[in-house]
Amino acid sequence: MRSRQLIAVTAALAAGALTLTACGSRDDKGGAADAGGTTVVIGVDAPLTGDLSALGLGIKNSADLAAKQANEKKYVKGVTFKIQALDDQAQASSGQQNATKLTADKNVLGVVGPLNSSVSEAMQKVFDDAKLAQISPANTSPSLTQGPKWNEGVKNRTYKSYFRTATTDAIQGPFAAQYLFNKAGKKKVFIIDDKKTYGSGLAGTFKGEFTKLGGQVAGEGHIDPESKDFSAIVTQVKSSGADVVYYGGEYPAAGPLSKQIKASGTNIPLVGGDGIYDKKYVELAGEGATGDLATSVGAPVESLPSAKEFVDNYKKAGYKDPFAAYGGYSYDSAWSIIEAVKKVVDDNGGKLPADARAKVLAAVQNVSFEGVTGKVSFDEFGDATNKQLTVYKVEGGDWKSVESGTYGG
Amino acid sequence: MHELPQQLVNGLLLGSMYGLVAIGYTMVYGIVQLINFAHGEIFMIGGFGAFWVWTALPGGTTMWVALPLMIIGAIIVATLVAVGAERFAYRPLRNAPRLAPLITAIGLSIVLQQAVWAWYPSSVVFPEISGGPFHLGSITIQTGDVFLLIAAPLSMAFLGFFVKKTRSGRGMQATAQDPDTAKLMGINTDRIIMMAFALGAAFAAIGAVAYGLKYGEVNFKMGFLLGLKAFTAAVLGGIGNIYGAMIGGIVLGLAETLTTAYIADVPGMQQLGGQSWGNTWAFVLLILVLLFRPQGLMGERVADRA
Repeated sequence: MRSRQLIAVTAALAAGALTLTACGSRDDKGGAADAGGTTVVIGVDAPLTGDLSALGLGIKNSADLAAKQANEKKYVKGVTFKIQALDDQAQASSGQQNATKLTADKNVLGVVGPLNSSVSEAMQKVFDDAKLAQISPANTSPSLTQGPKWNEGVKNRTYKSYFRTATTDAIQGPFAAQYLFNKAGKKKVFIIDDKKTYGSGLAGTFKGEFTKLGGQVAGEGHIDPESKDFSAIVTQVKSSGADVVYYGGEYPAAGPLSKQIKASGTNIPLVGGDGIYDKKYVELAGEGATGDLATSVGAPVESLPSAKEFVDNYKKAGYKDPFAAYGGYSYDSAWSIIEAVKKVVDDNGGKLPADARAKVLAAVQNVSFEGVTGKVSFDEFGDATNKQLTVYKVEGGDWKSVESGTYGG
Repeated sequence: MHELPQQLVNGLLLGSMYGLVAIGYTMVYGIVQLINFAHGEIFMIGGFGAFWVWTALPGGTTMWVALPLMIIGAIIVATLVAVGAERFAYRPLRNAPRLAPLITAIGLSIVLQQAVWAWYPSSVVFPEISGGPFHLGSITIQTGDVFLLIAAPLSMAFLGFFVKKTRSGRGMQATAQDPDTAKLMGINTDRIIMMAFALGAAFAAIGAVAYGLKYGEVNFKMGFLLGLKAFTAAVLGGIGNIYGAMIGGIVLGLAETLTTAYIADVPGMQQLGGQSWGNTWAFVLLILVLLFRPQGLMGERVADRA
């Protein structure tokens, strides 16, 4: 009898734990309280727990700030904005479930997110079928907007509902290659990626430009970001004689990888894209990270005059987590939706029309305003028209901006 | 191929870590025929035990002082969880059908993982031992790995001594051979079983400290894949055999490292190289061993009760 009770308790505990996983977002009280009128929900999908949560929480909070400010200013008459943030744990399957959940809520008129290109791939069709505008502040894989054959020159936008405020890897990888070859004087690179949509795409575009410039590829390899033992490839890097390592992937693996490369006695910098541009990278990589480089989309948010207000307001709002790499882009993404809702409401005599989603989607395509990250508007593929990038370097335990510019192909 | 000595050392180090964790699987299986799938999580909790000790110490404590305390902290936390699991989750099911404790183990594994995840949703940074890497000819040994190089053989020597020379150790052997007869001979089998869980947890905790020093971080899911690998190592070596666990671990570590490093050089195999294939090759090896030598590399007993 006792053993039967125990099974029941264990089963209940296990079920409890599973429920906990299923609803990871326990503090998604976004926006202001309902003040009468219509409530428009802006969905947010990002990794709110797990390794990439530092980036995800920055996205959530920044979108939340946009909604709060729109409510404060009464920017759209009669409309109160609210955030619903869902946790995708950086997994495509969770992202797709969240997308289904968001489309089922009729009050959701736009979605900000997700962080990962691989998650977006799983979400795009769900949103497109529902004619629900999705604006990612962070996806950089070119195929999301330009179709699978973008690198053969055949650009084809598959999903009309998808937009992004971040630049693509078609620009980011070559930008890094030009900086390394021309400015930093690196001629022999070892390229590593994590085989995910973002990582392998970035490494591919980097390689193309680096070899075109005359640089040499000393070796190539892939790692599994889930397992932390990179000793085999670190040994290959060491014996290859490369003077720099380019890594396509994100900081949970990049930090330990950099640490293991330095610990093997190979003192060459690791260079990556916006996926490694986070404070957590510096922590994980330890002291040896000094000199490592990252490119990230846009100009440093702190340096733009348009962003000063955002930084101040973010501080004032008292969020526990920093706005991280994509804060400014998330804020601008949320504002793109708010601007679109405003246009739709204004055109319809101060009320939301019955087919609000489709109208908002059409309006997002044509938004144009001065955002935190510069001018925000989208081209015919849904890509940001702002194509600025910045190189950052680890110095004194944090990222310092080195140089901003646009890629001149 | 000129980097071969280094790759062998890499594999040896990785394998030693698998071996330390594998001991826990093998000891528990040898005595109660239970595959404790929560053992990977006990390993993970050990890592956090060391981390908690580190955060509790005043800032600026040198590793020479901190490390022994961290090891003790890791062992205490891991042992408490393992003994608690044995007492409250497994013992009540000891005479239940074989499947019940197995399912409990999987449930417990999820509970432990999720509990830690609720507090530490992302990786926490583990302290490092300062000082540069050491060079032995063309081989480089990282500072964090020195710990593993010393701890793994010492642990094995201790275990060998314990099992062969002490009363409790002989009690363990007797219980493993025949629990009922052992009980009739006056051996407190409950105590012996608890000791097997505790010892396994202690070795896993040492492995977890090695993991933290090697990779510079601990996180809530580090026990899952590593636990699975350690279980594989235990089966490879012949589950129930404590030396087999270490040898299985080393064979697995070497197989993983060498396939990662060299498979891509074999003509026509480019696509199957790289670290992402390391896990695949590790399990291919397991299947091959199970097909041709089902009792494992070092196993002697016929696996009649599995």
